[in-house]
Amino acid sequence: MTAPVNTDLTQLDAAELGRRLAAGETSSVELTRAYLDRIAAQDGVLGAYLHVDAEAALARADEVDAARAAGAELGPLAGLPVALKDVFVTEGVPTTSGSKILEGWRPPYDATVAARLKAAGTVLLGKTNMDEFAMGSSTENSAYRPTRNPWDPDRIPGGSSGGSSTAVAGGLAPWALGTDTGGSIRQPAAMTGLVGHKPTYGAVSRYGLIAFSSSLDQAGPMARTVLDAATLHEAIGGHDRCDSTSIDAPAPVLVTAVQEGARGELAGLRVGVVRELGGDGHTDGYDPGVLDRVRETVELLEGMGAEVREVSCPAFDLALPAYYLIAPSEASSNLARFEGMRFGLRVGDDGSHSLEEVMSLTREQGFGPEVKRRIVLGTYALSAGYYDAYYGQAQKVRTLITRDFTSAFDDVDVLVSPTSPTVAWPIGARVDDPLAMYAADLCTLPASLAGLPAISVPCGLSEGLPVGFQVMAPALADDRCYRVAAAVEAALDAARGSRFLDELTRRAAA
Amino acid sequence: MSTPSTQETAESQASAGLGRDDVAGPGRDDVAGLGRDDVAHLARLARLALTDEELDHFAGQLSAVLDAVAAVGKADTGDVPPMTHAVPLTNVTREDVVTPSLPRDVVLAQAPAAEDDRFRVPQILGEEE
Repeated sequence: MTAPVNTDLTQLDAAELGRRLAAGETSSVELTRAYLDRIAAQDGVLGAYLHVDAEAALARADEVDAARAAGAELGPLAGLPVALKDVFVTEGVPTTSGSKILEGWRPPYDATVAARLKAAGTVLLGKTNMDEFAMGSSTENSAYRPTRNPWDPDRIPGGSSGGSSTAVAGGLAPWALGTDTGGSIRQPAAMTGLVGHKPTYGAVSRYGLIAFSSSLDQAGPMARTVLDAATLHEAIGGHDRCDSTSIDAPAPVLVTAVQEGARGELAGLRVGVVRELGGDGHTDGYDPGVLDRVRETVELLEGMGAEVREVSCPAFDLALPAYYLIAPSEASSNLARFEGMRFGLRVGDDGSHSLEEVMSLTREQGFGPEVKRRIVLGTYALSAGYYDAYYGQAQKVRTLITRDFTSAFDDVDVLVSPTSPTVAWPIGARVDDPLAMYAADLCTLPASLAGLPAISVPCGLSEGLPVGFQVMAPALADDRCYRVAAAVEAALDAARGSRFLDELTRRAAA
Repeated sequence: MSTPSTQETAESQASAGLGRDDVAGPGRDDVAGLGRDDVAHLARLARLALTDEELDHFAGQLSAVLDAVAAVGKADTGDVPPMTHAVPLTNVTREDVVTPSLPRDVVLAQAPAAEDDRFRVPQILGEEE
């Protein structure tokens, strides 16, 4: 049984937990134990984690407490627990990327973002579940087990960072890192009522992130509040010489933008509502309840002084086909490294099979169906004779999408849309229909293809389930996403008289 | 045409040792979509030993996906350059200095098989070679 005081701690945001730690009102050990207790009690059903090492977490928490007691100068994150998506390599800690091909592998080094969080004094609770190699929108493609949504255990938590979204929404971690290739931070955040931000491509290091689609992959924060997301983003962001695609720009200043936004200072902000993402003539596949919540949120921004106009980005209609050519093509190349020779699984090495046969058998047994489908599709799209019509053409469409953004940002400061066309769907509903699954990414793909920052912030409920509001901004203007999201969050919290996730806490208590 | 590194890797992977130009390629029989044989051929290129059930299952699914993604052909891209990357970075350089590598023992400890401080791999050359 979890003690009542512990249950309370796990329902608080990281900023409040950090304040209590600094004030000596709680300890890192007490906090870590609270989350571990809740994981022990609930994760059997929720399936948020693939690996938890309670002993290591408590030992680490004890170290931080001892340092604090000895009067050491600690940063604001010191002692706060955190969860990492299992796509980030962690030194000595099992890392699978949701795949059987890496079962039991203990990486020899830390991803840059993991190292930065470690250096900031955070306590790693564990590695969270995900769609295999981040290919999916529901976490049902995990080779280990599906993750369930804390709002309704019969529904998906979004994906591919569904373990992180369920961990944070369910109170099994105060915050977590995810990765977003086509929406894998924003969509699960929307499905579980969290704030999730995909940073500008290149603004957060990809070193040690197991690659899916290298020109799109990006790590980012998932949190209970906009302030927590900004704080976590600041801790992991900034240039990294180990990532050759890392942008050599000053570290982002985001918390200030959150504070401005929370004061409702939006006068003069120009907001563009993207017609192609749920606007007139583009509502097929969208839940009416989702569109209603998004419309109300746009009106809310208008009420705070923002200038709202509709913006057309016609090439967005082709974002989905372009993405599902580019991502599988890059994946088919990236996943060539999993051949059973240097790490992970090896099958058929009994002296009777050639090297090539061992590779083929290893990949057959080690990869799940969605990964195989994408490898085959990517191999096809890159084939001589088909390259120009598929991969090459998709890259040109990518240029058109980026041009649409550029001309839109001549007239507006941010673009907004739903984060996902629907609320969380029942587990199993789309599992054998790849195209239906892919449609979940409709709204998040354009910003991914253009490499732009985009955030999802909860904007209410439809059918009793969370709806996400997406804010997109020009490259390196991540602060605009946070500013607008903070304004939305503050206004809705004030109107509601409570935090968005308090509703989930109330339901669980009922 | 610009040549992204991902393509180079995938093509060299796909073509290694298979004499691909001599093999009937996917779709070359002018049949729309991907047939069972096409999927088997592509899987061989990608070193995937798919089962019969998977071949049957994937052929239908991938044909539907291919139909959908073929929509990119609708875009008027006459003089549009391809975009390979969101960050316009070229030639990222650093000082050419020696830095520590990962400890050999730690890396080999995670290998499926190691021998004499090396990765042990299955026989590469057949007996007839």
